[in-house]
Amino acid sequence: MTSDLDIFVGNTTLIDEEVYQLWLDGYTVSEAVSRRLRGGLLERSGTSVSVLQSDTRDHFRTFQMLERLLHSPPRLCQQLLFQIPPPRQAALIQGYYAFEPALARELLGKKLSKGTKKELDEVSARTGLSLRACRRQFDNFKRVFKAVEELKGPLAELIQQHFLLPPPLARDYAAIVFFANSRFETGKRRLQFLSFGDLAACAQHMMGHWTQGAMTPEAAEPDGDVPRSFLQDLKELKVLVSDKDLLDQHKSLVCSALRGKISVYNEMETNFKALSRALVNVGLKLPHPRDVRDFFVDLVEKVLDPCRSDHWSLGDLRLFLGSYTTAPRALGGFRHQLLWERYMAGISACLLRMYHE
Amino acid sequence: MPGKLKVKIVAGRHLPVMDRASDLTDAFVEVKFGNTTFKTDVYPKSLNPQWNSEWFKFEVDDEELQDEPLQITVLDHDTYSANDAIGKVYIDIDPLLYSEAATVISGWFPIYDTIHGIRGEINVVVKVDLFNDLNRFRQSSCGVKFFCTTSIPKCYRAVIIHGFVEELVVNEDPEYQWIDRIRTPRASNEARQRLISLMSGELQRKIGLKVLEMRGNAVVGYLQCFDLEGESGLVVRAIGTVCTLDKLSNTSAFLPACNSPSKEMKEIPFNEDPNPNTHSSGPSTPLKNQTYSFSPSKSYSRQSSSSDTDLSLTPKTGMGSGSAGKEGGPFKTLLRQQTQSALEQREFPFFTLTTFPPGFLVHVGGVVSARSVKLLDRIHNPDEPETRDAWWAEIRQEIKSHAKALGCHAVVGYSESTSICEEVCILSASGTAAVLNPRFLQDGTVEGCLEQRLSWQPGFFSIGSEKGEVDFFPQSQDSSSLLGIEEASPPGCGFCHIPYDELNMPFPAHLTYCYNCRKQKVPDVLFTTIDLPVEAIVIGKGCLIQARLCRLKKKAQAEANATSISNLLPFMEYEVHTQLMNKLKLRGMNALFGLRIQITVGENMLMGLASATGVYLAALPTPGGIQIAGKTPNDGTYEQHISHMQKKINDTIAKNKELYEINPPELPEEIIGSPIPEPRQRSRLLRSQSESSDEVTELDLSHGKKDAFVLEIDDTDAMEDVHSLLTDAPPPSGFYSCNTEIMPGISNWTPEIQMFTAVRVSRLGNINLTNQTLNKNFNDLCENLLKSLYFKLRSMVPCCLCHVNFTVALPEDELVQIAVTAVAITFDKNQTLQANKAPTEKSQQRASTDNEEQLQFPLELCPDPLASQPSLPAKEVLEGATSQTGIPAAQRATSIDYSSFADRCNSWIELIKLKAQTIRRGSIKTTASLDKTSPLAEGYLRHRSVPSCTNSTVSVVKMTPLSFLPGAKITKYLGIINMFFIRETTSLREEGGVSGFLHAFIAEVFAMVRAHVAALGGNAVVSYIMKQCVFMENPNKNQAQCLINVSGDAVIFVRESELEMLPVQPSTVVSQPTSSGGDVTT
Repeated sequence: MTSDLDIFVGNTTLIDEEVYQLWLDGYTVSEAVSRRLRGGLLERSGTSVSVLQSDTRDHFRTFQMLERLLHSPPRLCQQLLFQIPPPRQAALIQGYYAFEPALARELLGKKLSKGTKKELDEVSARTGLSLRACRRQFDNFKRVFKAVEELKGPLAELIQQHFLLPPPLARDYAAIVFFANSRFETGKRRLQFLSFGDLAACAQHMMGHWTQGAMTPEAAEPDGDVPRSFLQDLKELKVLVSDKDLLDQHKSLVCSALRGKISVYNEMETNFKALSRALVNVGLKLPHPRDVRDFFVDLVEKVLDPCRSDHWSLGDLRLFLGSYTTAPRALGGFRHQLLWERYMAGISACLLRMYHE
Repeated sequence: MPGKLKVKIVAGRHLPVMDRASDLTDAFVEVKFGNTTFKTDVYPKSLNPQWNSEWFKFEVDDEELQDEPLQITVLDHDTYSANDAIGKVYIDIDPLLYSEAATVISGWFPIYDTIHGIRGEINVVVKVDLFNDLNRFRQSSCGVKFFCTTSIPKCYRAVIIHGFVEELVVNEDPEYQWIDRIRTPRASNEARQRLISLMSGELQRKIGLKVLEMRGNAVVGYLQCFDLEGESGLVVRAIGTVCTLDKLSNTSAFLPACNSPSKEMKEIPFNEDPNPNTHSSGPSTPLKNQTYSFSPSKSYSRQSSSSDTDLSLTPKTGMGSGSAGKEGGPFKTLLRQQTQSALEQREFPFFTLTTFPPGFLVHVGGVVSARSVKLLDRIHNPDEPETRDAWWAEIRQEIKSHAKALGCHAVVGYSESTSICEEVCILSASGTAAVLNPRFLQDGTVEGCLEQRLSWQPGFFSIGSEKGEVDFFPQSQDSSSLLGIEEASPPGCGFCHIPYDELNMPFPAHLTYCYNCRKQKVPDVLFTTIDLPVEAIVIGKGCLIQARLCRLKKKAQAEANATSISNLLPFMEYEVHTQLMNKLKLRGMNALFGLRIQITVGENMLMGLASATGVYLAALPTPGGIQIAGKTPNDGTYEQHISHMQKKINDTIAKNKELYEINPPELPEEIIGSPIPEPRQRSRLLRSQSESSDEVTELDLSHGKKDAFVLEIDDTDAMEDVHSLLTDAPPPSGFYSCNTEIMPGISNWTPEIQMFTAVRVSRLGNINLTNQTLNKNFNDLCENLLKSLYFKLRSMVPCCLCHVNFTVALPEDELVQIAVTAVAITFDKNQTLQANKAPTEKSQQRASTDNEEQLQFPLELCPDPLASQPSLPAKEVLEGATSQTGIPAAQRATSIDYSSFADRCNSWIELIKLKAQTIRRGSIKTTASLDKTSPLAEGYLRHRSVPSCTNSTVSVVKMTPLSFLPGAKITKYLGIINMFFIRETTSLREEGGVSGFLHAFIAEVFAMVRAHVAALGGNAVVSYIMKQCVFMENPNKNQAQCLINVSGDAVIFVRESELEMLPVQPSTVVSQPTSSGGDVTT
C-alpha cells in the first residue's frame, strides 16, 4: 500500500526551521530524512520513518512553491497564497538569502556569469557546500546584482528595500555587487589571508567614502561604481610623490607629528617615501580599468607587507595613516586637500581592516 | 426591481507575463452580471495595472442578485488575435443583501484560472443599493440570513427554532453535454463553476422563500451539497434549520459583566424586537406580529422570465420542487399552537443543529439512520426534480419513523449525504432521536419564556451566588450555591434519561437508574450525532474513536450492482457498530458524540468509516470490560494465547482510563437507597460474560445481554479483529483529539489555532485482496495519517485536534482517498492542573464546558413553561416533559429494518444500552472557568479600517471548522462563504505530480476563501467545511482534475484581551485603524 498522494496544507503555512535549513543546504528528501533521523528526532517524537519521510516531502514541496516568491521578497509579503506571519516571512527571506562567506569569498570580483556558474562544482568541492546550495547562493548574488544594476542611490539601502533583508546582510550584498562591478582581483594567493568579511568591509569603506551616494544622497549614478570624475581627479594627487619638495615636506610633517608616538618611528622614517609612493600610486592606477584589478594586491604588497615585516602594530598604522592624511593641510603648494582626504579616508579604512598583525 | 449593483475595478498586481516579447501584459477587465457586461480600458504594458475604473452599475432584480454571481474576467488585449483570458474572480454578493452583514466588498482577490491556478490579484470594490421596496420579499428572499454554524450563532438569540427546511435543484452537468467535446477544458470548467454558482444561489433563494413562509428570518446549520451524478446530471441540495433569531444588540442588558452599551441601533435587523426586554420580570407580552415587517405571502412561486443562455436552469417555479407545498400549510397553523404535538405534526421534525440552548434538549434516544441504494437515471426534465425529492422524502420518512420507535418526536444533529459510483448512489441520512422542549419551537410563549428564564434562573442555579449571575455553572465553589441542582432534575443528566417506554421497548436493552439523579432510567451506552451538551457532566477527557471497514464486492452493472450493495450494507453497519462498541469499551467510556458513519461505494468495494468522540458520562453506568473466549478450550497453547490477549486488553483499558483521566467515583451499592435493578443484573456486573456476538443472521447489534463484551475467537478473522482493536495507537502525549466542537475535560484554550487539510491517496495494490488485508490497509492508512498529523503539529503541544473530519472516497479501482480537515488548538496545561485540583471535596464530577459555549445562550437557560412561578424546581419541568414516556426500562438494542430490494432501501436504528449501578449521594460540583469577557460594544469594527487595497499588508484570516474562536469573541456574522472550484492540469509532472498539484490547489482554495472574507471586512471563517474534494488523475496523459467545494461563515472577531481594553467611547472605537485580527501586518 503506497501513498501516491500525500499532502498537508495548513491555513497558516507550517514551516519547520530545521527542514528549511536542510532544504537550503541542498539536500534531497532522502538525505534530509536520514539527517533528521541522525538528529534523534525519531526517539524524541516517537514516530515512524514513513511519517518522517512524508513530513519532509511535504515541507520540501512547500519550499519549492515558496521559492518562486522568495525570488522577489516583497511579493512574498503581498501574496495571498500562503498565510505566513510576518516574522516567519522575514526568517524565510533571511534564510534564503543567507550565504556561506567562504563561497562569497571565492566569487568576489568574478563576473556573475554563466561561465562562473559552471565553475561552481569546483567551488563546491573547495568549500564543502553542496552544489545545489552553491547554485542557489550564486543565483541570489546574480539576482540582487541584476535588480540594483540600473538603480540609483545607496546600494545597501536599495538592496534592503528590494529584498527586505536585514541591514547587515544587505550591506554584505552591497559589497558583493560592488566587487562584481569593479572586478578587483582577490583570488591571488597573496590575498588569501583576507576573509570575505575583510573584503566586504573594504568595499563598504570605499563605497562609503568614494561613491556618489556618499556625497549627495540623490546621486545620479548607481552606487556600485566609483564615479568616473572622482577617479579622474585622483591624477592630481601625483604631485605628492612626483614633486620632491612636497614629498620631503610631507615626510617632515608626518615625522614631527609622530615622533615619540609610535614604536616603529625609525622604520617609518626610512620607509616613508616608499610607502607614500605606494599609497599614491594605488590611487593613480584606479582610473585605468586594466590596472584597477591590482588594487588589493598593491595595497598588500607595497604597504601592508613592509609594515608587517617591520612589526608595525595596528595602532602604529592607524596613527601613521592619520597624520599622513592630515599633514598635507600644511603643505603650501598642495591644492587638492578635499580630494586627498576623501581618497585617503577610503584607503586608510581598507588598510586598517586588512592589516592582520 | 429593487437593486443597483455597483462595481469598481481599482487595480491589479503580479499579473502573469502574457506577451513574451515585451515580458509585459496589456490587461483589461470585463465585469459581467447576468447578461450585462462592462469593460475597463486596456492598461498597456504593465504587470501591475491601475485601472481605477468608473463605477459600473447594474440595475437588477433582487432575485437575480440572489442567484447570480458577479463575474470578473481579466484579459490580455491582443490587437491581432483573440484576447487571452488571464483568469476570473467570482464574487457572491449575497452578503450584501441583508442589512446586518457586510456593506461593501472591497479588497484584493486572487485571479483564478482553472488551468493555471492563481495568476495575480485584482482589487475590486462592490456595493449594492437595495431600494426600499416593501414588497421585495415576494419574489426573492433577500434578508434571510444563512449560517453554516450548527448552533445558534454567538451574537444572536434564538427566539423560535422553527424546524427543518430542505430544497434541491438539478441540472445537466456541462461536463457531460455534447458541446463539451468541442470546447476547451477551460471553457468546460468555467461553465461548470458558473452553473454551480448559479444553482447554489438559486437554491439559497428558494430556501429563503421557505424560511419566510415559515416566518423565520434565518437558516442555521445550513448544509449545501453537490451530487455529481455524471451522465445523469448535477444535483445541488441543501438542508438547514429555520430559526427566528434576534440580535443580541445590547447584551449588556442581560449580562452584568459587560457594560459597554451598543451603538448599534442603526443596524437593527429588520425584524428585531424593538423593545429588548431586560431584567424586568414583569408580566409578559406576547411577541407581536408586527415585528415581522414583511408580509408572508403565499404566492412566492413565480414564473421564470426565461432569461438567458442555454444554461437555463432548473425549476423556475419555486413551488415546483420539494415538499414546500406540503410543509407550508401546516407550518402556518403550527405556529399558533403551543402543544408538543405540534412538533409531531410537522412533516419532518428535524434539526440540523448539533448544539442547543440549554433546556432545549430534554431527552436523547439514540442514533437513527437510514440508507438507500438507488440507480441513477438521467434527469429528463430539470424543472421537475421529483425523483430526487421522492428519494429523500422516503429516507426522511424512515428516519422519522425510527425516531418515533424510540419514543422521540424529533431528530437533532440531522445530516444527509450521498456516495456515488458510476450509476449507483447510496443516499444516507442520520441524526439523533430526541425529545425537545417545545417552548423553543413556537412563538407566543417566547416572551413569557424569556421573562421566566430571567427571573427563575438565578433562583435555580445560583442560590448564594451573585444575583444576576448568568453563568450556567456558577464559578463559585460555595457549596450552598449548588444545592439547587440536587433538588431539581439535574441538567447534567436529563438528556441521558430514556425517552421511550420501558414496558414497550422497540428492542431489548439494559436500563439502570441514572447515576447522577437516581430518579430516571438511563441506557448503559449512548450514541449520538450531536455535540456534547454544555451541561453534560463528563468524567475525564474524551477521545476520537473510529471504526474502519472495507468490504469487497463483485464488479457488476446496474441492478445487480445495486442489489449486491444493498446486501452488503447491513453487514457493514453491524460491523461498524461492533467496532465502535469495542473501541469505546476499550477506552473505558460509555457514550459517543458526533457520530458520523460514512459508507463509500467504489467499483469493487465498499468502505465504512465511522468517527465519533467517546466520553464518560457521569450519568451512565461504568462500562464493563471486554472478554475474550476461545472456541477450542482444550488446546493449552491456545488457552495461553487467549489469556495473553485478555491481559493485553485489560492493560489497555487500564491505561486508557489513566490517559483520559477516567476515574468515576467508586461507590458501594449499599449507599444507594433507591431501588436497584433485580439481583440478576447486579451479579452480571461482576461476572461479565455472555453468549457469542456472532448473530449476523438476526442482526441483533446488541451482542446479547451482558455487561462485558465477549469477543469470541473462532477463526483467524476474529483474531485479526482483536489485533486491530489493539493497534489503535493512542495519540502521543500532549495531544488529544475529538470530532466534536469542544473537547470534554479541556476548557482553558489559548488563542493559537491551526486549521489544516490533509489528503492522502493510496493504491491498494495487488488484485488478490481479501477483506482482511483490505481492512488492515485501510486501518493503517488512517492510523498513519493521524500519526503524521500529530508529528506535524508537535510544536503546538499541548494541543487538541478538534472537529477531526475524515472523508473517504474511492476515486478508482484500488485507490482510496482520505481527506481530513481539523483544527489544532493549543491549551494551557497548567491551568488544567489547577482546575483538576480544585473540585475535589464534593465530587469528582466535572462539567467541562467551553467558555464560549456558556456565553452562547445566556438567556435560554431551561425555560419553564409556567412563567409565573419562578420558584418552580426544574425537576418538575423535566419530569413534566418526560411524563409521557412512562417508566424507564433497562434496554439496549439495535434493529435493522432491512427492506427488500424492491425499494432498494435498508436502514437501521441504532441505539442505546443500559446497565445498572449506583450513584453517590451529594451535590455535584461543577467547575467551568468563568468567561471573563465583556461582550463587545458593537460599534467596534463597524467601520472597517484600512481597506486592504490601499496598503500592501495582507490581513490575517483565521479559519476553523469550529463555531467559535478560542480566546475571542465573534462580534459580527458577515454572511456565508460557499465556494466551488475546479482545477485541471495537462502538465501534471511539471507541477510536481499529483501531490504538487493538489497541494497547490488546496492552498489556492484557502487563499481565495481568505481573500473573500477579508474583502467582506472579516478576519475569520468559522464552521469551515470542505464538503467535497473530488480528485481524478490520468498519469499516462499527464493530466489531473480536482473539484473542491468549501463553505463556512465569514465573521469578525475580537480578541478577549482587546475587548478588555476597548474604550467605552464609541468615537474612539470607530477610528481604530487596524482590523481586529491584531496580529496582522507585514
